[in-house]
Amino acid sequence: MGNTLNLLPSRNRRDWLIRSGCFAAVGLIGLTRKSQAADGKIRVGMTPAFLHDQHSLLGEWRAFMAASLKRPVEFVQRDSYRETMDLLRLEKLDFAWICDYPYLHLKQEVRLLAVPLYQGRPHYRSYLIVRKDNTKVGSMKDLSGSVFAYADPYSNTGYLAPRYEIRQSGHDPRSFFRKTFFTWSHRKVVEAVASGLAHGGAVDSYIWETLSIVEPALPARTRVVSRSPEYGFPPFVSHRSVSGADFQTMQQHLLDMARTDAGRRLLGRLHLDGFTAGTPALYDGVAQMMRAFGEA
Amino acid sequence: MRWLFNLSFRHKIPLWTSFLISLSIFVVGAALMTRAYNDMKNAVVISADNLGHTLANTVAPTLLHDDVWRAFEIVRSPIRAESARTPVQVDAVVVLTRDNKVFVSSDPDALPMLTEAASLGSDWRRLGERLSVPGEQKWPLVLEPDDSSYLYLVLPIIDKDAQLGHLVLRYAKSVFHPWFIDTIWQGLGIGLLVLAVLIPINWYWGSRMATPLVDLAQRMGMMLEKPPEPLPPDLYPYHDELGQLFQAYDRMVLALRDKAALENEMVKSERLAAIGQLTAGIAHEINNPLAGLITAVDTLKLRQDLDPKARRHLELIDRGLMQIRDTVAALLVQTRVQARPLNQHDLEDIHTLIQPQVGARRIRLDWSAAMPAELPAPASLVRQILINLLLNAVQAAEEGGHVSLWLGRKDDSETCLTIVVRNDGTQLDDEQLARLFEPFASTRTGGHGLGLWVTYQIVTQLNGCISARNVDEQVEFVVNLPLGETPCSTASA
Repeated sequence: MGNTLNLLPSRNRRDWLIRSGCFAAVGLIGLTRKSQAADGKIRVGMTPAFLHDQHSLLGEWRAFMAASLKRPVEFVQRDSYRETMDLLRLEKLDFAWICDYPYLHLKQEVRLLAVPLYQGRPHYRSYLIVRKDNTKVGSMKDLSGSVFAYADPYSNTGYLAPRYEIRQSGHDPRSFFRKTFFTWSHRKVVEAVASGLAHGGAVDSYIWETLSIVEPALPARTRVVSRSPEYGFPPFVSHRSVSGADFQTMQQHLLDMARTDAGRRLLGRLHLDGFTAGTPALYDGVAQMMRAFGEA
Repeated sequence: MRWLFNLSFRHKIPLWTSFLISLSIFVVGAALMTRAYNDMKNAVVISADNLGHTLANTVAPTLLHDDVWRAFEIVRSPIRAESARTPVQVDAVVVLTRDNKVFVSSDPDALPMLTEAASLGSDWRRLGERLSVPGEQKWPLVLEPDDSSYLYLVLPIIDKDAQLGHLVLRYAKSVFHPWFIDTIWQGLGIGLLVLAVLIPINWYWGSRMATPLVDLAQRMGMMLEKPPEPLPPDLYPYHDELGQLFQAYDRMVLALRDKAALENEMVKSERLAAIGQLTAGIAHEINNPLAGLITAVDTLKLRQDLDPKARRHLELIDRGLMQIRDTVAALLVQTRVQARPLNQHDLEDIHTLIQPQVGARRIRLDWSAAMPAELPAPASLVRQILINLLLNAVQAAEEGGHVSLWLGRKDDSETCLTIVVRNDGTQLDDEQLARLFEPFASTRTGGHGLGLWVTYQIVTQLNGCISARNVDEQVEFVVNLPLGETPCSTASA
């Protein structure tokens, strides 16, 4: 756990948050872990990698998955990647849908299970957004000295990618903005920018585009200033302790989703086209950015 | 302005009372409005205080951990849509850091984070000054700058014993103005309703009071031109000061009438007395030479050597002198004759004496004379009075008319003899009544006009009184004569 903390951006306040979050998670897990491992239930972690606050959708998906796998399934929702990562590390979860950045962090503990296909391809980007009426900003450098909203310290598109862009332009991301803060979800980054709290924000392209369909009023108040290069889409991972049979079953289940009506309907609601097995090489771009920050 | 005070009470009372009612309603209304405004402000402050404490406690950890987004979610939570606004709806919530910079606000556009509070306008500068005053602050701090359209409430954000900053709640007065204007309209409506009820009552009451006063004033204004009339009894039948005033006026009117009647009577008496003196003087002056002339004519008539023509002239002169003597004798009323008491025979004589005239005019005569055998009244004078009055009545009555006599003592009075003679002839007008007892004032042809004059003289010299009036389509003469030294108590019957 100590080395994880050292990898984090050096901010005392966030350190405090993360540390307390970890302690809380460890305490909780320690109490219940064994009892849950015994009942054959599949535990899947859901993160802000997608619009995870659509509760009816999650309910349907869980039921669909349980019916398909013929096993009880539990979805474990957490509002920050950090918490889900801790749960994975502690074998509290069997599978999880996490961001590509945490996936690389947890590479020793998890295996790549499947990669969602968004617009037919396992890729997405980071959008730099400002408020609709802010026409002065043309690129990241125009936001120097402003207030900036990040999604999550373990988000690629919502944290790593924009910082990498700043770094590439020769600035120190720690002092480039006057003030930054985390909203702990991509959706709330859009809200923070739309409300004027932050002058700019970095957001997951999949989420911004999906919002434009399911809740168009909110993203309509923002404007995409620039789009980053493509990165591997946030993957489904399995803990290395999950048996080969379970791994196969789950992977097949995901890959087969697009082949059934119920699966397609669920994918339609998720605004995804299906799943592919994917390869770790998809995430080389992220790994490169992490290396630039001395993290991998 | 003076014209206002010169207005008639008919207008002044309703105007003044209407003005006072309106003024009272306005003053009471204004007091209630002020109270309502203060109550509303208090409600806002109480609500703000509750909200402020909740927010301050919730927002404290976010300030401690620099969690801007969480803080934003907290301060934004009480903000509602424009349409859902009530006076107690908070307009903006701002978290200030210890150094009075905006940590986060519910309205990042107008109150962006990291801004110095002092640079947000005069309200915030003043607020910053208040917060930087050293020493104990009294929380919540309520700030309502005069020239501002906002009300501010400030609470400290405290974690354990460390003050992390301040929470500022801003309330738009423009939101409670429409609410307050609603209250004003409501109050105004009730006020107008009260006015609509009170003003007509007030006008009725005012005119009810003013009308008798106006009537009284008009009558008093006319008092010098003609005798005042008493007020109608139902004009104001109450016994307050106004009622007392009207009663006093009525008493005054009656007193004035009596006085006027008395003055008239006095003037008449004085005139008649003056005429009496004059005629008596003239009669004496005539009587003295007349006696000589009559003696001379009598002496001449005794002479035998007078030719028939001269004798005829002498007879003519003699008859003329006799007529002069009779006339003068009638004018010189002589009451100092030997007084024989009146008895019933005298009345019988008179009844007999007037029969020829009564018969000639076919008059119906009612005779009612109730008296003892004798009364201490001078018989010859009473006879003359009776004959004069009766003959006058017979002459005045219509042909075949009616004449009545009543003689006796009213209410068995021991001191007063009353004679009432009535006829059904032509009624007397005011002018005739005023000059009835003057000599030669006869109202009919053929009379010499001395009968009533002589009667008046006799009655006056006997300390009695005589009056005439029209009553029940008849003309009535009433004579009261004292039986002894005591004058009659009443002037008329």
